[in-house]
Amino acid sequence: MALSGGVDSSVAAAELLRDGHEVVGITMRLWGGESDTGCCSIADVDDARRVAQQLDIDHLVFNFTDDFNKHVVDPYVQAHRDGLTPNPCIECNRHLKFDRLSERADLLGFDAVATGHHARVVQRDGVWFVARGEDPAKDQSYVVHMLPQRELARTLFPIGHMTKAQVREKATALGLRTAAKPDSQDVCFITDGGGRTAFLGSRIPFRPARVIDAVDGGALGEVDALEMVTLGQRRGIGLPGGGPKRYVVGIDHASATVAVGDESLLLCDSLAVRNVVWAHQPVAGPVAVQCSAHGAAQPGDLARDGDDSNGNHSNDNEVVITWSSPQRRVAPGQSVVFYDRSNTYVLGGGIAVG
Amino acid sequence: MASPAAYTYLDHAATTPMRPQAVAAMLPFLSERFANPSGSHRFAREARRAIDEARDVVADVIGCRPSEIVFTGSGTEADNTAVLGSVARSGGTAACSATEHHAVLECVEKIGGHTVAVSAAGEIDLAALTATLQRAPDVTVVSVMAVNNEVGTINDLAAVRKVMRQHAPKALLHTDAVQAACWLDLRAITPHVDFLSLSAHKFGGPKGVGLLVARQDAQFAPTLIGGGQEAERRSGTHNVGGIVAMAEALRLTDANRAADIARIAPLRDRLVDGLVANVPGVHETVARDRKVAGSAHVCIEGIENESLLFMLDEASVCASAAAACAAGAMEPSHVLAAMGVARELVLGAVRFSLGVTSTEADVDRGIEVVAEAVQRLRRVRVTS
Repeated sequence: MALSGGVDSSVAAAELLRDGHEVVGITMRLWGGESDTGCCSIADVDDARRVAQQLDIDHLVFNFTDDFNKHVVDPYVQAHRDGLTPNPCIECNRHLKFDRLSERADLLGFDAVATGHHARVVQRDGVWFVARGEDPAKDQSYVVHMLPQRELARTLFPIGHMTKAQVREKATALGLRTAAKPDSQDVCFITDGGGRTAFLGSRIPFRPARVIDAVDGGALGEVDALEMVTLGQRRGIGLPGGGPKRYVVGIDHASATVAVGDESLLLCDSLAVRNVVWAHQPVAGPVAVQCSAHGAAQPGDLARDGDDSNGNHSNDNEVVITWSSPQRRVAPGQSVVFYDRSNTYVLGGGIAVG
Repeated sequence: MASPAAYTYLDHAATTPMRPQAVAAMLPFLSERFANPSGSHRFAREARRAIDEARDVVADVIGCRPSEIVFTGSGTEADNTAVLGSVARSGGTAACSATEHHAVLECVEKIGGHTVAVSAAGEIDLAALTATLQRAPDVTVVSVMAVNNEVGTINDLAAVRKVMRQHAPKALLHTDAVQAACWLDLRAITPHVDFLSLSAHKFGGPKGVGLLVARQDAQFAPTLIGGGQEAERRSGTHNVGGIVAMAEALRLTDANRAADIARIAPLRDRLVDGLVANVPGVHETVARDRKVAGSAHVCIEGIENESLLFMLDEASVCASAAAACAAGAMEPSHVLAAMGVARELVLGAVRFSLGVTSTEADVDRGIEVVAEAVQRLRRVRVTS
C-alpha cells in the first residue's frame, strides 16, 4: 500500500485491512530537494508512519530519488526547454508507482500494489480497465490511465468506490490523524514560495519573447520567459486588462514569438496524439477524450495514424482525434486520455502533439 | 510485537543492548535519588557525588584527567561542540576525513571546511591530509574518526598527529571515538588527540548521554550556555542516571574488552566466511586486519539493500545499510562513495555488526536468512 501521508491513502490502507488483506505501508521518498506540499516532506512521511502505527501495519520508506530525478524531474525540465507542457504526476505514476514500486513489490513477494487514487479497476469480459472513480470531482483515472493489463491485474484502488466526503468521514470515524489534512495540490517538487518560475529558472535559461497579434502580426509587448508560456494561457503575458479576452494561440520557439488572439483562433477540429499506450488493445471509432487532469471529456472519433482504406495500420502508437465539435487546441506535451463512449472506462492515452 | 529474544540482532553499530549492571546503576536516579546535582542541599550533593565518581571512572578508562571530561547529551553534541566550538573559539576553519559521521561532516561543511580523501579501505589519506594542511593554513581543527561507523575501518591517529605536528602544529585534533569504545583501548588513543567524543548507547549504556574529552589546552566555545554546568562548558541539568549508567557501562566494556574481542572476532569471521561461502557475489568491504572485531560490512552483487533489509526484517533479522535520512529512507553511503566502491556494489551494501550479546546462533541464522533472501531476490529478478 503506497502511503503518502494523505487522507486518501490512509483510508485506502484501512479499507484493505477491513477486506482481510495483509498490508505493508510503503512511503516512497522521491524528491530530495525542497518541498512544501509534496509527498516527500518529513512531515508527510511522519504522517504516513503514524497512520501505519494507528492501523498496526508495518511501514517502510523506499528511496527512489534517483529514479524520480531520471524519469520525472529531468524530463519535466527538458520538456519546458523544448516548449512542451508536461504532466509530471503522470510520469511519476508511469515510472515510479506502477513500475519501480510494483517491481519492488514483486521482488519482495507481494501479490498486489494499492494506492489511494480516486479511480477503479474493473474487469469486463476478462479484460482489465481503469474506470472513473465514484466522485466525479475527484476522479483520477486520467493520471493512472497508462496501466497495462499486467499492472491492472495486481493493482488495487481501495477508495475508488468512495466520494471524497465519504473518505473523510471514514477517516474521522477511524480516528485517523490525517482525517482533516488538506488535499495536496500541484507538483510535489515545486514549492509554493518559489513556484515553477524559480524551479525552472534555476535549471534552464529563460529566453525573452516578443508578443504579437496573431492576426496582423503587430507587436504587443514582451514576456521574460518563453519557456513559461503555455498554449491557451490568458494571464501573465504582459497585456493590458480590459477589452476582449485574448489567449496565447501560438508559440514559435525558433523566433521566440508568442502570438495572442481571441478564443476562436484556439479552436480546431482534430488532435494528434503520440506515444499512445493502450489498456488492452488498440481501438478506433467514437471515444470520449480528456486532455487535462480536471477538464471535462469531449466526444470525438479516434483514427489510428497510418490506417489505410483496408483498415490495416502501420503504427498503433500514434492516433488522430477528430472532434465532434471544434475544441480548443491542447498544449503539446499534455496527456490525452481516451475513454469509451460512456466516458467511464479508460481505453488508452498518449501525449498531445499539438 | 515480538519479544526481544525473537530477534536476531546483528546491528550493534546502530545501538547496543544496555548492560544489566548499567540499568541497575541508573534506576535509583530515576526514582528515589532524583535530586538536581546543582542544588545546595545534602540530597543534591549525593547526586553530585554520583556524577563526580562517574567522571573518575570514565577518565580512568579514557586515560585523561577527570576535569577534562564534559558530559553531553549525545555523541553528536560532543562532535558538534568539538568542531564548531573550537572554530568559534579559535577562528579559522576545520578539516575532516571524507568518511566521517554526519555529526562531524555536516559541521565541517557548514563552515566551509575541507574534507580529506580516504584510501580504498577508508583510512584517511595522509598525503591528502598533508596537502590540505599545506594549502589551507587556516585549519585550526582536524577531525578524524577512530573507527568508521559503517565499515569499521580503524584510523591511525598517531600518524595523523604526526602529520599535523609537521604541517599544522597549532591545530587541534578531534576524534569521534563513538564506534571505538568496544574494540580499542581508549588509553592508547587519548594521548594523540585534543578532543574525543563518546556515546553511551554504543557500549551498553543508555541513549541520550555522551561525553566530550577536551584536553587541558583544547579551548572551545560551548554549544549550550545557561546554568554553567560542567565548568561552564556545557550548560543544562545533568542527566544523572544516564551519566552513572554510562560510567558503569564503560567500566565493564573496558574490563571485558580483551575477552569480548576474543569471543566476538571468531563470530564475525564465521559470519563473513559463511556469507561468502553460501552466497555468490559477496564482497567483504574492508579487510579484517584494518577494522574492528565486531564489523561485518559486505557488498552483495545484484541486489538492492532496501529489498534485502525488508526480507531480513520479515525474518526478524536486524541489520542496516548506510545512515537513514530524516524521513527514514536509505541514503546512498557517502562512506562507500569516498572509498571508491563501485556504484553497483554500493546498492547492495549491508552492515552487519556484532557485540557482546552476539551468539553463534545469531550468526548462523543471519547466514541462513541472507542466503535465502538473496537467492529469492535474484530469482525473481531473472524471471521478471
